[in-house]
Amino acid sequence: MSTMTLTVPKSEAAPRRRRMRQGYGRPLLEVVMVLVTVAYLFPLYIMLTMSFKAPVEIAESSVALPKGLFLDNYATAWSQANLGRALLNSALITSVSITLVVIIGAMAGYAIARGSRRTSTPKLMLFMLGLMIPGQLGMVPLYNLMRDVGLLQSYWSLIIFYAGSMMPMTVFLYTGFLRAQSSTYEEAARIDGAGWWRSFWHVVFPLLRPVTGTVIIVNAINIWNDFLTPLLYVSGSVNRTLPVAVFSFQGEFASEWGLIFAGMVIAAMPVLIVYFFLQRHIIHGFAGGLKG
Amino acid sequence: MTAIPRSPADAQGSSERPARKPGRVFRLNRVPQWFLLPALIFYIVVVLYPSVAGGVLAFTDARTLRGGDWVGFENFVTILQNEAARAALLNTLTIAVTLTIVQTTLGLLLAVALNSAIRGRNLLRTIFFAPMMLPPIITGLLWQYIYTPNGPLDSAMDFLGLGAFKASWLGDADIALWSIIGSVIWHHVGMSMVIYLAGLQGIPDELYEAAAVDGAGPMRRFWSITRPLLGQATTIATVLTMTSSLKLFDQIFVMTGGGPGVSTQTLSLIMYQEAFVYGKQGYGSAIALVLAMIVAAIVFVQMSLTRRGEQEA
Repeated sequence: MSTMTLTVPKSEAAPRRRRMRQGYGRPLLEVVMVLVTVAYLFPLYIMLTMSFKAPVEIAESSVALPKGLFLDNYATAWSQANLGRALLNSALITSVSITLVVIIGAMAGYAIARGSRRTSTPKLMLFMLGLMIPGQLGMVPLYNLMRDVGLLQSYWSLIIFYAGSMMPMTVFLYTGFLRAQSSTYEEAARIDGAGWWRSFWHVVFPLLRPVTGTVIIVNAINIWNDFLTPLLYVSGSVNRTLPVAVFSFQGEFASEWGLIFAGMVIAAMPVLIVYFFLQRHIIHGFAGGLKG
Repeated sequence: MTAIPRSPADAQGSSERPARKPGRVFRLNRVPQWFLLPALIFYIVVVLYPSVAGGVLAFTDARTLRGGDWVGFENFVTILQNEAARAALLNTLTIAVTLTIVQTTLGLLLAVALNSAIRGRNLLRTIFFAPMMLPPIITGLLWQYIYTPNGPLDSAMDFLGLGAFKASWLGDADIALWSIIGSVIWHHVGMSMVIYLAGLQGIPDELYEAAAVDGAGPMRRFWSITRPLLGQATTIATVLTMTSSLKLFDQIFVMTGGGPGVSTQTLSLIMYQEAFVYGKQGYGSAIALVLAMIVAAIVFVQMSLTRRGEQEA
């Protein structure tokens, strides 16, 4: 397969593993990892310290620790770029899109996994096709469509876009999960007289909770961080999302890096805070979601 | 609510079943397909229809606010003749190949290191995956600043005594593309690491113990156990890295916008510029179609290689 990718680590990782198993290579590996980690954290250090520096300090040194917490950057960024509104837009668009994606995607997964066996795989394949088509291919026609129906500059343009574009991965996850589950509970509910909707909503949907967690995490991060679609659909309007608002700083405040960095920290903080609280679930979600 | 146990085969449910008429049970198992409808509608409106329409648009000279006439392969000829488009094609492939090799290799090394019993490994895993949470547009801005002349990177190099190797990271046409690739590796390596970690954790320790008892040395164990069992992780990591790096947009858009000259142009970048800045919708769609063909070809090759690998195994 990808022999090139594998030959390098093979020869290097194997001796490392031996030394560790015998115990005397561990301190060395730890030292190496500490150095790698420090280098890796350097950009994040820059992002955080820059946001607290006054313009004079930035001119003096780009790497020194800030002399104090210069909060003017945050105040100015917040008020002048209307970041509060952008934060609200991002939160609203992400949460509505996710709710829609989860409910509709779970219904579709249920229909595919518990529908006719013969057509189940072709139906799933139809959705999987969407994982392979790059979004750029449909970008122009979809933009024209949104413009023609008058949805540009509105929340709905983005919510509809995310609901559709997140569907392949979501349906894939739900179908895969349900196929691995026994259907006895749904059958019991049906026998007890529950309608299809009732047995979906009260029996199947709660059973899907582990995979719903993955769907929410993976999709929410993608939606929250998306830049190009909101740039096309809602830039220049009050409905712009955080990444678009922060990007527009670059023009508005030219090279006032303190302001730009304060905006960046504001845009990055929500995901980072959620990440550090839920990191185990998020990492598992990504790994599990990818493995299918 | 979710506390319903999943494993027991539910004696009541199955004992009740024979009491029902067989035909009835059959219908009970079949979810009505209107459940599929909402998802299908969104998917068709947002993904399928626009992709097909984009494929058609690629063969027209459509411009914003004006329908297009059929021009056959003219747009594709233009792509091959246009210097910026040729550079974009080459750069896109360079980025994809380099990122795939370097990022998956580093991801594997990190995963092996952080799968061992070193101190603080959970914290380190959290740290190395953290940039994946950040919006690409923001990591792009961040690295644009890190690369500024006499900026953080230059200062760090002075500090380490590497001042002689300082360069105009984003201003030099020979270096800019590699600077961008470096920043993307920083941003995305956590993903490759996590995929490999999941793969490594799926390998039972007993296999290593049994092999050790049989006298297999560490090299032998890595070659005969770890390597083949990580095959699937490698497939996922390489396909994912390759397809996402072919589509790379935000970071380059904000860091260099394709410059200096055409040295960091990519297909997704010129697609955006042609279609949305210059309004050449047909030509932009043709570029997108080329990109889609490359992605499809790579996924196809990867899938057939994987299948062959599985048959051999």
